Amino acid sequence: MNPRRKQRLMAVSAILLLLSGAVGAMLYALQENVDLFYTPSQLLEGIGKDKVKPVPGQRLRIGGMVVPGSVKRDETTLKVSFDLVDTGPIVTVHYEGILPDLFREGQGIVAQGTLLDATNIAATEVLAKHDEDYMPPEVAAAMKGIKHVPPSKNSPQQTYPAQNYPSQSYPTKTEPDQSSQQPKPATEAKQ
Amino acid sequence: MFKWLDPYAKPETLYRICGLWFPWLMTAAVATLLLGTVWGLAFTPADYQQGDSYRIIHIHVPSAIWSMGAYSSMAIAALIALVWQVKAAQWAVGAIAPIGAVFTVIALFTGAAWGKPMWGTWWVWDARLTSELILLFLYLGVIALSGAFADRQTGAKASALLAIVGVVNLPIIHFSVEWWNTLHQGATITKFAKPSIDASMLWPLLISILAFGLWLAALTCLRLKTAILQNEQHRPWVRQLAASAVKGE
Repeated sequence: MNPRRKQRLMAVSAILLLLSGAVGAMLYALQENVDLFYTPSQLLEGIGKDKVKPVPGQRLRIGGMVVPGSVKRDETTLKVSFDLVDTGPIVTVHYEGILPDLFREGQGIVAQGTLLDATNIAATEVLAKHDEDYMPPEVAAAMKGIKHVPPSKNSPQQTYPAQNYPSQSYPTKTEPDQSSQQPKPATEAKQ
Repeated sequence: MFKWLDPYAKPETLYRICGLWFPWLMTAAVATLLLGTVWGLAFTPADYQQGDSYRIIHIHVPSAIWSMGAYSSMAIAALIALVWQVKAAQWAVGAIAPIGAVFTVIALFTGAAWGKPMWGTWWVWDARLTSELILLFLYLGVIALSGAFADRQTGAKASALLAIVGVVNLPIIHFSVEWWNTLHQGATITKFAKPSIDASMLWPLLISILAFGLWLAALTCLRLKTAILQNEQHRPWVRQLAASAVKGE
């Protein structure tokens, strides 16, 4: 390789190396902010070195698995509440609206909303998360014992506890200032 | 070490090779594309959770994989163009960029169309979706930058450098679903483990991936041929070619 080519190769490699280093450092610094959602354990135990916990009134996303048997529907309205779990702690999501088709007990979901207190969230949007496994229904029934049942059929009619968090009295999308007035934890950007 | 490659960098030889390969690549691409998509979209069983909606995977995954594959090949060509100053490699960068950009658009669009019925949203700013969108902007940047200078050589150099630098984004796209919490699910087949998709769905998917790869190669050959003719139009061999084409009519 002649010296000029070698020089150019070194220059290009140096630029690439420096830039990957910079991007790597940046992403490392932003690690928690790049996450789309909190898991229930992160919500209760805090994240990062400083164990920053979100404060009530903060808008955030929460992701976890719907605890089987925890879905409670209101008989007359679209209000629904359910519990989310990842590895231990359980948080409750309160939502009024139509749930995605994939929503069912045992399914991963991501909810966006406002933190009411340590373990309650008033959600304005619920998204279903699916895993990377794909198989025909027969195979799923044989392997996992899963039968495809629409969520409306597998949860017995449970009444929504009326004393729990009526959605009007808590800060929702209409009062976004509430969270910005409070001291901002580093995780604010996650919203 | 790479001395044996030198003759292929000669525009005239490269033009002949591209012309020779194009019909085969295109035929193979169309055949596998038909087989893969028809089999995948119409004849595979429905998924146990997602029903028929998951079938879009047979277009989404191949286009997403090759949007990154095209970027890597473009970056390799850009490196050769910058360091060894091979003209043909520089034209290859320009030939691949729009194809890769279209593959990225297909991946983003089919992803959105899949996300709406399954996740409940067209778009969410999670790490996977955002980094794939950045890939599209990188392609557009490479295309735009090559035409942004009065001096074409400067433009070519700048776009080649951007193409190389953008490689940083590729591992971010691939590992985004492992490094961070995302709405997008993890890898199904591009991992060092048994693919987590049933064999009846895996085969048409693999055929589709092969098809998109062949399609990318065929289109690159075609575009590279045009680029060679455009850039060499005043050379004797192109004039000869044009003259014999006119005589042949």
